[in-house]
Amino acid sequence: MKAAKVLDERQGQIHRKGTAPFTIDCDKDSLAGAVSQRACVFCGSRVVLYPIADAIHLVHGPIGCAVYTWDIRGALSSGPELHRLSFSTDLQEMDVIFGGEKKLAAALDELIDRHKPAAAFVYSTCIVGLIGDDLEAVCSKAAADKGIPVLPVQSEGFKGNKRAGYEAACDAMGRLVGTGDISGISKYSINILGDFNLAGEIWLIREYFERIGVEVVANITGDGRVADIQRSHGAALNVVQCSGATMELANMMEERYNIPSIRVSYFGVEDMAEALYEVARYFKDPELMEKAVEVVRSELEKLLPELNRYKKALKGKKAAIYVGGAFKAFSLVKAFRLVGMDVVMVGSQTGTKQDYDELEQITDEGTIIVDDSNPLELSAFIKEKDVDLFVGGVKERPIAYKLGVAFCDHNHERKEMLAGFEGMLNFVREVYGSVMSPVWKFVPRRAEESAS
Amino acid sequence: MSKMPNYTSTTNACKLCKPLGASLAFRGIEGCVPFLHGSQGCATYMRRYIISHFNEPIDIASSSLGEKHAVYGGAANLKLGLKNVTSKYTPELIGVATTCLTETIGDNVPMILHEYHEEFGTDDSPAVVTVSTPSYAGTHMEGFHAATTAIVDQLTMPTAMHDKTNLFSGFISTADIRHLKEICEDWEMPITLMPDYSETLDGQALNEYPLMPKGGTPLVEIKQMGGAKATIELGATLPGRTAGKVLEERFSTKLYQLGLPIGIRETDAFFETLTTISGKTIPTKYSSARGRLIDSMVDGHKYIFGKRAVVFGEEDLVVGLTSFLAEIGIKPVLCASGGNSKKMKKAIEKVMEGMDCEMPIVKDNVDFYDIESEAAELDIDLVIGHSKGYAFARKFEIPIIRVGFPVHDRVGGQRILHLGYHGAQSLFDTITNTIIAKKQSDSPVGYSYM
Ligand code: SF4
Repeated sequence: MKAAKVLDERQGQIHRKGTAPFTIDCDKDSLAGAVSQRACVFCGSRVVLYPIADAIHLVHGPIGCAVYTWDIRGALSSGPELHRLSFSTDLQEMDVIFGGEKKLAAALDELIDRHKPAAAFVYSTCIVGLIGDDLEAVCSKAAADKGIPVLPVQSEGFKGNKRAGYEAACDAMGRLVGTGDISGISKYSINILGDFNLAGEIWLIREYFERIGVEVVANITGDGRVADIQRSHGAALNVVQCSGATMELANMMEERYNIPSIRVSYFGVEDMAEALYEVARYFKDPELMEKAVEVVRSELEKLLPELNRYKKALKGKKAAIYVGGAFKAFSLVKAFRLVGMDVVMVGSQTGTKQDYDELEQITDEGTIIVDDSNPLELSAFIKEKDVDLFVGGVKERPIAYKLGVAFCDHNHERKEMLAGFEGMLNFVREVYGSVMSPVWKFVPRRAEESAS
Repeated sequence: MSKMPNYTSTTNACKLCKPLGASLAFRGIEGCVPFLHGSQGCATYMRRYIISHFNEPIDIASSSLGEKHAVYGGAANLKLGLKNVTSKYTPELIGVATTCLTETIGDNVPMILHEYHEEFGTDDSPAVVTVSTPSYAGTHMEGFHAATTAIVDQLTMPTAMHDKTNLFSGFISTADIRHLKEICEDWEMPITLMPDYSETLDGQALNEYPLMPKGGTPLVEIKQMGGAKATIELGATLPGRTAGKVLEERFSTKLYQLGLPIGIRETDAFFETLTTISGKTIPTKYSSARGRLIDSMVDGHKYIFGKRAVVFGEEDLVVGLTSFLAEIGIKPVLCASGGNSKKMKKAIEKVMEGMDCEMPIVKDNVDFYDIESEAAELDIDLVIGHSKGYAFARKFEIPIIRVGFPVHDRVGGQRILHLGYHGAQSLFDTITNTIIAKKQSDSPVGYSYM
């Protein structure tokens, strides 16, 4: 059997800490012919806007793009569930030849009447970018007819990578911001940006903030509502999680409405606590800070004894991380440290130079740092580092499993709540539940080890 | 009859896109890398979708076109991509399928390939098969058949006659493929089954990540398909031009086209065809399986008689399942597919012949919104189809029997056996037990005997 080869062109996107001065190429287009784990612009927009539950999300394009994104995220809603339906104009040959505007207008008409949504997002896909449909015109006409915002999302698949899709999504949301009534909003108020309410996480985070006396105006976008986003400019502060997804919107709100933003992560004990402290610090009210300290203390009191039960077993196990955005990777590195595990490989699909610099600083000597990797490389790293646990998305899972490596899903499809203090415990339980399973005793790589 | 209006929009489609079908077919050829000529997103989405069913890695390469290629054409990236795939995987074959993007910008893939071979071709360059699969014209099934046909069309060569039979088995589960191979082995009938993804998409635990998964129909055998004794092609709604038709035209290979062998009569027909081709009679293993199946149907008939079912999915599968349901006394009341071959209704009429069962409503080119609205008026007891029907089965609070592709919410979708008497047996047990279980859990008593 042939061992994994790394394409020469890819060498610049892989770095081993301690071997050479740190440089990494990133922000590159995927290489033709390499099996990239990356998705497209449309995918980026779709995942960001997906959790807005009282809007319809109409994919203007051929059927595949819509069907592969049907109900894909574990993003929960406390009310309407329009986001879990997959709407498409299902373009056919004739539409491609003669243009799809008519079909789009008819589809919007029919779907808005049927579902009475608070808004409609219309996603542009590869073909639409080529046949030249005027999305803007169709959308504004529908908006005028129906009296709801109808927002084009310029997410033609080939116009860049996932990050361009995040921007397109933020542009679309940007049109909603500033159109709602902001009276009665507390001076201690925030918007939560970049949490998608996977498995109900945002409910937990909101509760923490409410406990310290901060009002949450809009969830962007987990369990999101159009009306909340419309009045989100009434908040005093934007609290942004994750590297890319919603940063653009925060920047826009800062420019237009002077709302500053802070970047946080809710994953891992330290980062979660820090997020609460930062918000409290921002409002410069000692009472908020006291409450924040209290929340952290009471949560830790519950959590730490539980965590210790798993720590002994997990100590020294080796973990590899490959996730979409680098920001998540930072938190994961810290989380593994908390339970005594060693991170031996870390990579992301869309990290920036700055992200990788930061990763380089927080990782141990010898750790492999990689940008936009592919299955062959990932499997080579797993073997080289004798990894015990792989954290990634659904596309990485079969690679890990095939080689007999434990796996933890840390992508937007997961159904486990991993954020906040409670989430940390879930995470460790999941890691434990995979790493400690007896099935690894039977997989070839361990079976051979114990035979020799 | 149906009062369903004709909607413009699609909600929760009951079909997938064409290049996905092509990628699956290519994955069933030994040493083949599926390659999508288009933007990166398509390949990534399809991989994710396929992986969630098979729980198996699948590499699908992409030419990763960007904005400038959409304007100036994707030729350069396609060539570069082929070169990179060749140097990384050393494949024997690269299966290039187009996508919506490259079809719309009008890339002439055969011409680009011709240039590619002139520029970079060497003796040990991999073969390249191309297939046109714009998703705006057809579903994943058309893509699957188009790729199968393209492989045969572009690779078979004049060859000496031999003793093998070609078997184009269609889009079936990996368990089904293994079962068909076992049947032919027991029949002592050498076959070339294509596409054979029974190992490439359902492999064993490994120590070493294989650049290329083991298994698949060997290229040498494909090249010699023209010398086979006969061709069997499965599917009741096949397109006009198929791999079997190509072989028949080009090499006069005798062609037998029949429906998927699901249930008793369709399996009988399949086994009769094997007898016709091989001159051998049915092995006891199968005649006794048939006998046991019928015995079990008698034992279980009362629990299921008259139950009303909705069947949905790919047209060929729907036809086969409908046939079987009619045989066991379940009433198929709605047979639906996102496919649009225009052949499903006729095929269903045919399998209903002689079954004293009312003709179901047959709907092609529909989505789950249509299926759900239609089913709401039909008083149904049971839903049979892939896992995307779960949403509406849950709403109606009726059980769903998962078959076909995809099964994203259970383990073992790839191990579901549908074909042959053995497949019918396991379907029968699952269906009957599901109905019994529903009655048991709905009952205030909860009898511990049936
Ligand atoms: S662009 Fe076409 S080929 Fe690509 S995912 Fe969408 S439907 Fe499928």
